[in-house]
Amino acid sequence: MATATANRQPLATALTRSRRAKDRAFSLFLMLCAALALAPLAVIAVFVLVRGAAALDLNFFTKLPPGSLDPPHTGGISNAIVGTGMIVGLAVLISVPLGIATAVYLSEYGRGRTATVIRFTANTLLSTPSIIAGLVVAATVVTWTHSFSAYAASLAISILMWPVVTRATEEVLRLVPQELREGALALGVPRWKVVLKIVIPTAGSGILTGVMLAVSRGLGETAAILLTALGNNYMNTSYGRPTAWITGYIYFWARQPQAVLQQLAWGAGLTLMMAVLLLSISARVVSVRRQRRLT
Amino acid sequence: MIGLTLASGIVLIGVLGLVLAVLASGGAPTFAKFGLRFLTSSRWDPPHQEFGALPFVFGTLLTSFVALVLSVPVALGLAILLNEPISGKITGPLATFIDVLAAIPSVVFGLVGLFVLAPWLEQHVEPLLHTIFGWVPGLGMLFPALSRGVNGRVIGAGGDYFVAGVVLSIMILPIVTAISREVVATVPRDLREAAKALGATRYETIRMAVLPYSAQGIAGAAFLGLGRALGETIAVSMVIGGGASVGASLFAPGQSIASAIASQFNGATNALQRSSLLALGVVLVAMSFGLAAVSKALVGRGARRLEPTPADLADPDPGSPVTAEAA
Repeated sequence: MATATANRQPLATALTRSRRAKDRAFSLFLMLCAALALAPLAVIAVFVLVRGAAALDLNFFTKLPPGSLDPPHTGGISNAIVGTGMIVGLAVLISVPLGIATAVYLSEYGRGRTATVIRFTANTLLSTPSIIAGLVVAATVVTWTHSFSAYAASLAISILMWPVVTRATEEVLRLVPQELREGALALGVPRWKVVLKIVIPTAGSGILTGVMLAVSRGLGETAAILLTALGNNYMNTSYGRPTAWITGYIYFWARQPQAVLQQLAWGAGLTLMMAVLLLSISARVVSVRRQRRLT
Repeated sequence: MIGLTLASGIVLIGVLGLVLAVLASGGAPTFAKFGLRFLTSSRWDPPHQEFGALPFVFGTLLTSFVALVLSVPVALGLAILLNEPISGKITGPLATFIDVLAAIPSVVFGLVGLFVLAPWLEQHVEPLLHTIFGWVPGLGMLFPALSRGVNGRVIGAGGDYFVAGVVLSIMILPIVTAISREVVATVPRDLREAAKALGATRYETIRMAVLPYSAQGIAGAAFLGLGRALGETIAVSMVIGGGASVGASLFAPGQSIASAIASQFNGATNALQRSSLLALGVVLVAMSFGLAAVSKALVGRGARRLEPTPADLADPDPGSPVTAEAA
């Protein structure tokens, strides 16, 4: 590359005008692409920040949703914050251990056809539209129990989070140096102990990154929860009943005519974006720190 | 240990099997009653127990196609820019911003799409498109004249196929860019340097060495983006307008398969409607799995076409990100 730069001057003078014009136009096109990619991000950031910040106050986090005739700043989404915590929390408890276990099989034990099929399954589930997970749980669990419920929603998003954890974890487990495993095995440590005490701790922060990715996927999910948890305008702490969640209120209230509710939708949007950004930033910090430690 | 972990893998296979089984058995009554007519009829009429999926399939394909047409050129430009930066300073921030775009939840795209993008597109961009393309025979049907109120403003439906397509194009941009970037990074350095050594400009290098080599992989990236767009639910259902129409107009409100399932399943009262929505799920899954398979084949084959030389292996391209989603 360095030599190309040094030679550019004599070369450039040899170019015909049309070749140079085409090259210039192409560079312009590339810059235009960058602008087109950044513009929507800027628009989203500005609107969510400005309109969302106007909605946030203490009531937003502590009160129940307002009636449509209530004045602004009297209601909030406390029930949705609790509901999201319940739904995503249980989903983490289900999908993280299963996701890590699947990844351990794929990276430590998996050979041959079984591993190929499991890996293929994880990839297939990863590309499954999220509404399908909601539809299937709605047609089974919700139908059988005759009730929308928080745990049905947790099951639905676990289907989506499991492959995320598995793929991310398998990738970092493969980065653990083979010498570590062999060294421990040579000392007579049993295989399962090598995995639990050496491989997983070594890959620990990388696994955490994968978990955070999965959590932010669960936090941002709407469609699958819509068909399973339905929503609820009151505080609910029972896993067996319909439950409110944050993205649900954005979806419902964005289409309501009342300005009070629309404002709360923007507030919920800002809260959600903050949570997701925080997760992805901390995931990045953790993975950078890990890379630094390994090098 | 091996037993436990293997068990979890087998449960995972079981989950996928269960998903497919529930969809298939749930949709069976509809397929039994309507047969192929389910796919070709455009009459979706729950009170009269008539269910044809055509309007939703049409809406899904049309919006995804718009998204693809809009996002692939931009994604390709970004992939080239990220691999061969004009100025080294912009690569890092640009890649970060695209990652941030990928992390934004679907419902936030829907929110901004509904309140900001839809009014702007309906009032300004759609009339402009009609002026530019409306007179072209054939193509013009996609961009019909818009009806205006007494104040001269366009009467918008609060979303239509075109708005949904634009929102989708933004949402799939990060993934199409990531895969295209990987594909472009597999072009052997020798090819580029040979072109440069012959005095080719940057544009000529890309057109003669990079694009022909990576065309197939880029097609794969496009198919992957299409698969993503097909299954996108919440953002689309917020900006697609609602209704069920099959027509050439991009400016008509409609529904996609996913948005129809999301908006109707909770309120579905009779068994046949539920079954038909599950049958829509079967159609959606078939479409998205099919596209994922095509995409994988194209990206994989593109990368394998020229075996890497020992020199490539010794000097791997530094800019080749491997995302979890790509694999």
